Amino acid sequence: MKDFNMVIAGFGGQGVLFLGKVIAYAGLMDGKEVSWLPSYGPEMRGGTANCSVCISDEPIGSPLVVTPNVLVAMNKPSLDKFINSVAPGGIVLLDSTLINDKVCRDDVKVFYLPATATAEENNMKGLSNIILLGKLFEQTNFCSKESLEKGIAKSVPAKKQHLVATNLKAVEIGASL
Amino acid sequence: MGERVLMKGNEALAEAAILAGCKHFFGYPITPQTEVAAYMAKRLPKIGGTYLQAESEVAAINMVQGAAACGIRAMTSSSSPGISLKTEGISYMAGADVPAVIINVQRGGPGLGGIQPSQADYWQATKAMGHGDFHVLVFAPSTVQEMVDLVNLAFEKADEYRMPAVILSDGMLGQMMEPVEIKAAEPKTFDKPWATCGHGGKRAHNIVNSLYLQANELERLVKERFERYEKIKATEQRAEEYMMDDADIAIVAYGATSRVVKAAVKEARAMGIKVGCIRPITLWPFPTEAIEKAAKSVNQFLVCEMSMGQMVDDVKLAVNGAVPVEFYGRTGGMIPEPAEILAQIVELNKKGGAK
Repeated sequence: MKDFNMVIAGFGGQGVLFLGKVIAYAGLMDGKEVSWLPSYGPEMRGGTANCSVCISDEPIGSPLVVTPNVLVAMNKPSLDKFINSVAPGGIVLLDSTLINDKVCRDDVKVFYLPATATAEENNMKGLSNIILLGKLFEQTNFCSKESLEKGIAKSVPAKKQHLVATNLKAVEIGASL
Repeated sequence: MGERVLMKGNEALAEAAILAGCKHFFGYPITPQTEVAAYMAKRLPKIGGTYLQAESEVAAINMVQGAAACGIRAMTSSSSPGISLKTEGISYMAGADVPAVIINVQRGGPGLGGIQPSQADYWQATKAMGHGDFHVLVFAPSTVQEMVDLVNLAFEKADEYRMPAVILSDGMLGQMMEPVEIKAAEPKTFDKPWATCGHGGKRAHNIVNSLYLQANELERLVKERFERYEKIKATEQRAEEYMMDDADIAIVAYGATSRVVKAAVKEARAMGIKVGCIRPITLWPFPTEAIEKAAKSVNQFLVCEMSMGQMVDDVKLAVNGAVPVEFYGRTGGMIPEPAEILAQIVELNKKGGAK
């Protein structure tokens, strides 16, 4: 994949918007053009959140991703909402701790990852998003390793920089799933 | 070059406004512009400025007028329904020749409408930002970087011409994050001998007022203002041309829509269709010169907006019947996809336009 058009979706509080920001920042650190667009509509009131992230060599046209080539689904409503919009040949990563369904499409590559359970086993509650990021990175190399690390450091707020190391560990664990 | 950081359009604009010398912000919350106010609330008190959440939009715009009448750079921001409430105050500022900057992060309308991105306030911003004979400067950013660059220009031009300036943004540009470089440069400032900033008994007192009960006096002032507008029309038009050199079809689009249009233009070019984009950066003054120039070489225009067709009127006036002008738009908060615009381009290319 040259251009990445991603949709990242889940419940509010799962770190969906943060994950999008890390990916966008990592792309920026690679010198790419990037955009990040959150949902801010009524669906947020229902507890779900999503964001569109684009990484490209060219300036980003519409930052709203309607046909993603990467979908990260962190809950079932999100998978149901976006699975049919994924471009053929696209990649789907889903948290199989929270989603029991199997994807019915055979033209996309699906990774079933027990992200929430893995996070809890490793005492990394709340980092299921970064575990999924690890797998996404391992599968797509959407940026360099160095840029990914910088992207995480840039996205973690100044007061929480001590958590960067744990995030990097979560990436490693995710990549090994 | 400074560091490019990821920032939301609304926040980048707020930071840039502070760097442009905005000291006072008066607002009232509304989606999707809330981050502008939130950012100002966090930053302005730390630099000796004022952030004030007023009791209403009407109160906020009158506070802006009060601060700006003292010669201080002041700003308010809102989103479509809130801007409607501010128009009375904007008209008063225009009538009193008070410079200030007003941000409209547009959402779908009419009425309370929706909260998704829209460009349906074009007519309001460019034709009727309140009652009476007047114009305001209207700038239309299309990237987060331009949110930054144009807010600085808006403050400068507002001061230079003593009139309100509007940044016509939308929910997409306000909410999205994009790499942006915010340079700290000394803002260009202007003497304001008219300001009501205290005179210590050393000069006659200044009056900032929009009430003129003598009809001949009011006419004189309005005419004087319109002479200024003519000068602005002659010198301040801004537009970007994208792949227009050999274009047969010109698409006119501003703000968020222009991004989608450019993506479609690139795809159409790959198919061998000679199409380009003219992107107005100033909506008032409207860049008629760029449109007139293109009307001599292209054989048709397409105007794309996130509305039912408002800017298309200004394009038609500038084209003045030389070649056909078509329109394509989405409204209510829907963002067009590049494929939709591409389909329009392919269709127009088949038709061939005027020869």
